[in-house]
Amino acid sequence: MNVLEVKKLMLDDLSDVTDLKTLNDLRVKYLGKKGLITELNSEIRNVPKEEKKAFGQSVNEVRTLFQSNFDEIKTKLEEEELNKKLESEAIDISLPSTKVSMGAPNILEKLIEEVEEVCMSMGYDVVDGPEIEEDKYNFEMLNIPKGHPARDAQDTFYVEGEEILLRSQTSPVQVRTMLKGKGEVPVRVICPGKTYRRDDDDATHSHQFMQIEGLLVDKDISLSDLKGTIDVIVKKLFGEDVETRFRPSYYQFTEPSVEVDISCFNCKGKGCNICKHTGWITIAGAGVVHPNVLRMSGYDPEVWSGFAFGFGAERMAMLKYDINDLRVFYNTDLREVKNFDRKELKNND
Amino acid sequence: MISLEWVKDYIDISDQDLEELAVKITEAGINVEKVISNHIDYLVIGKVISCVDHPDSDHLHLCQVDVGGEELQQIVCGAPNVREGLKVIVALPGAVLPGDFQIKASKIRGVESNGMICALYELGLEEKTDEAYARGIEELSDDAPIGKDPLVYLDLESTLYELDIHKHRNNDCYYHIGFAYEIAAILNRKVTLPDCSYQEIDDNVNKHFSLEVETSKCPYYLAKMVTDVKIGESPEFIQRRLIAAGMRPINNVVDISNYVMLEFGQPLHFFDKDTLGDHILVRDAKDEEEVVTLDGKTRILRSSDIVITDGEKPVCIAGVMGGENTEVTDTTKNILIEAAIFDAVSIRYTASHLDLRSEASIRYGKGLNYEYTMMAMNRACCLLEKYAGAKVLSGIVSHDVVDKSEKVVEFVPEQVDKMLGIRITEEDMKVELERLDFPYTIKDGKFRVVIPKRRLDVDPNVNDIAEEIGRLYGYQKLKSTLPSVGIRRGEYVGDVKYRKAVSKRLRSLGFNEVKTYTLVSPDMSQKFDYEGKEKCVLPNPMSIDKSVVRTTLIPSLLNVYQYNKARKVEDVMIYEVAKTYDKNYQEESKICFLMKGDYVVNPWKGSMKGDFYLMKGFAEDILCYFGFKNRYRFEKASLPDMHPGKSCQILIDRRPVGILGQVHPKVCSDEVYVCEISLQALMQGVKPLKFKEASKYPTIKKDVAFVVDKNVSSSDVEMTIKKAGGRLLHSTYVFDVYEGEHVGNGKKSLAYNLLFMSEDRTLTDDEVMKVFHQIIDKVCSTHSAEVRDK
Repeated sequence: MNVLEVKKLMLDDLSDVTDLKTLNDLRVKYLGKKGLITELNSEIRNVPKEEKKAFGQSVNEVRTLFQSNFDEIKTKLEEEELNKKLESEAIDISLPSTKVSMGAPNILEKLIEEVEEVCMSMGYDVVDGPEIEEDKYNFEMLNIPKGHPARDAQDTFYVEGEEILLRSQTSPVQVRTMLKGKGEVPVRVICPGKTYRRDDDDATHSHQFMQIEGLLVDKDISLSDLKGTIDVIVKKLFGEDVETRFRPSYYQFTEPSVEVDISCFNCKGKGCNICKHTGWITIAGAGVVHPNVLRMSGYDPEVWSGFAFGFGAERMAMLKYDINDLRVFYNTDLREVKNFDRKELKNND
Repeated sequence: MISLEWVKDYIDISDQDLEELAVKITEAGINVEKVISNHIDYLVIGKVISCVDHPDSDHLHLCQVDVGGEELQQIVCGAPNVREGLKVIVALPGAVLPGDFQIKASKIRGVESNGMICALYELGLEEKTDEAYARGIEELSDDAPIGKDPLVYLDLESTLYELDIHKHRNNDCYYHIGFAYEIAAILNRKVTLPDCSYQEIDDNVNKHFSLEVETSKCPYYLAKMVTDVKIGESPEFIQRRLIAAGMRPINNVVDISNYVMLEFGQPLHFFDKDTLGDHILVRDAKDEEEVVTLDGKTRILRSSDIVITDGEKPVCIAGVMGGENTEVTDTTKNILIEAAIFDAVSIRYTASHLDLRSEASIRYGKGLNYEYTMMAMNRACCLLEKYAGAKVLSGIVSHDVVDKSEKVVEFVPEQVDKMLGIRITEEDMKVELERLDFPYTIKDGKFRVVIPKRRLDVDPNVNDIAEEIGRLYGYQKLKSTLPSVGIRRGEYVGDVKYRKAVSKRLRSLGFNEVKTYTLVSPDMSQKFDYEGKEKCVLPNPMSIDKSVVRTTLIPSLLNVYQYNKARKVEDVMIYEVAKTYDKNYQEESKICFLMKGDYVVNPWKGSMKGDFYLMKGFAEDILCYFGFKNRYRFEKASLPDMHPGKSCQILIDRRPVGILGQVHPKVCSDEVYVCEISLQALMQGVKPLKFKEASKYPTIKKDVAFVVDKNVSSSDVEMTIKKAGGRLLHSTYVFDVYEGEHVGNGKKSLAYNLLFMSEDRTLTDDEVMKVFHQIIDKVCSTHSAEVRDK
């Protein structure tokens, strides 16, 4: 065959190709050892000298033409083949996922961790102490001597005589922290922890419950400083528009003592079930640390002053997450808590 | 319960809206929980202008009533005494009478009726007796103002405050005069004390009586005597007020003692002089001493109690309850009035161990103002003279060692300002002290305040004064400031730090945090008792199922599992970190986690089920997370309530720190895995983190399988491999375990992958093969193993 015949046949062959195997076979047919183009090449011997150059050129043109066509078709066919394969691999993306999940925090702990976060940002350490406690730390050093009526309100689980008990409040941790400070260094701690009182368990009572108490002892600390601090905490927890109100109250270890109300975050003060139609919700007890308490823990009340505050974790969590039975904190139904592993970020900055 | 009508005896509050006053009082620190009023809207005084028989009834009347409006109201009334010209009480449509009885305009037997003419019992002001019913509607006198509130006109309107008084204020707000002082401070008005005057007869009480006080727990004891008492009913106002305060009227004498107590807060005791004798001895009780109290019950005393005796036998448990033997009866003529102060702590203790909390013991238990003891005594004499015909003997029998020292506090105004964080002018401070009725003087800018005796709750220090001034000045005037303190970063301290870290890790592994009770039942406390610690048992638990302090969290977590299973939650992964205590109150925080069911869940593709090895992986992750890699071991162990073939101990540096395994099928039939690790064991020094470069040299991999006895543990074989492999052996792991016909009975095949590598050169095949054979020889000889044919 002459060059033109080969070229024509080659173009016809290539135009008929529909799969990679045929394409590869054509490569052998034209470029193999006995391929048609290869054979044209060897015929150069028989071409007259003055035509050799032109002949060589025309054969090369055919070769190049083949190669470029071959490459083009190959790419196209490969693409088609891959597409076919991918198509066959298509799945139903609507089928359910494989579940992997982080565990959720206990709802109370989540609440407590939020308080810890805001308090730590204000320089409060988070500490805990023994749950089986000495009367001395739980009562006496908090200005509640034996026989004091304030003990009645905290119906205590005694463990041994009247000396060892299950702590009825987390305040003993504050005493222990102050004692460690030896009256020399400022104190800034919060003490979230378990506490125990002889209450029958129901929707709003529990023999075991959690308090979050805070204590600051430093110089020139006032009741207004307490108000500002509580403001920061409740705004973080319940929203920036929440207002704080102090009402006079009584606790043995603080003087003056106050009860802290926040404006109802639900109805914004208009009155609803959460605030019992008063517009205000009692959220904490607090006050200026009693001079006797400072003195007993080694801090000279002439030099040092401070404030303390205490939140009930259950009450806070019930308010914040709209829970009406505190037993859910202690009887965990995983379906109820699973949501609580998510963040509550707000893009408000 | 405070009756505002009663308070009006001591302070003028006639201009006050009592609802608003309650808010003011609450804002100043005493919680008025509830305002209870008998006021009824749409209740007016009316005049019957005409009264004719109902056309369709033999007993109903058709009345035209003037109620002060422009038109007369037609009202149908069935009372026999309704008649023309009578002034009556009318409930107009809209009124709601007691029992939620709503008055509406209606038709009665075809005739329109716009309200109801009322009897007192229909307004809840009188008991509904046959007699009251027969009397019919209430007849008001002719001067009753038409259209006005009949309750106000009759002086029957009553408002009660139900208080939630904090412990310290009880002693001055538990009685009406004390409460009047609080209102006086709030409204800046003065209190008038009641009349305490009476005539004395010549006879002197000291002729009839002698007193001896042996106990130190009675600093103040006063007694006066009255004769010729006539027992009868109390005047109506006393009865009404007692009922309002929640006490039952009995007779004039008993009622007076209660009435005075509710006025002054000072409990009184009346003895029948004739059964008492002529001597009183106040002493400590004897253990096991018996006395029959007013309620007819025999009480057994302790030596810590105080008794009033006639010299021999007890006649009264001091401050708690009188004895039956000297009780005032219908025939009593002569009375000895006791007004005393007893040690508050002692009374509280007595009332508590006798389980006898009387009105008196509650008040004694809170402490009393000695100034009122004498006043209350005089007031009782005054009332007995007035309402029981009593003649009061002159003189008084008394024992008085009461501490009368003044409570004085001195301060400069800046001290109060500093404590409150606001500026209160000296003038304002004076105003507040005057409102409080706290006497003061000022010298060189320094206040000197004498705290009145009635305020037992106020101690002589600046804090207390700041509170009193602040609460009246108004806490709403406080600023919101932040303390001026040094900047520092808060941290988790001590075991809290570890608890938080492990908590975070376990959550990220998929475990949900739970919270369970520290107190468990004795039965529960014995479960999974792998440490065999002695338990701390409460001497007086609330109930048996909360009587023991737990030493392990596993039973509690198992309960949470059961709770979820009952609610059809199949896949459970939970954890808790909590403190445990043994008999010696030794604290140990424990980490406990439990798993049952699937870990990675996909019902249509197949899930990954939790098993022993997954739990082991979690435990290892925790141990490595805290830096104990290469320091821990798992050792097969037989543990209580755990599957004997699928449980182990966890050791760090050869010391047991926890357990891991499947719960024994006898305890829980489901395949539940638990792990408990001591948090304390993780709180120890570990190596600091340091970067380590990965080796640049190639690794050479070899496989080998050993046939060993079934009971040979893989970790032992691994240990042998590691020892024999020396430094060139980089790592090794099991990649296949086989038991079955190909290796024979009682045998298993363990296949290991060995990875050789050097940190500083490329290893040759020869040196690797040398070590490889050393390893094979060592394993074969140490564990009677054979190499499984390749």
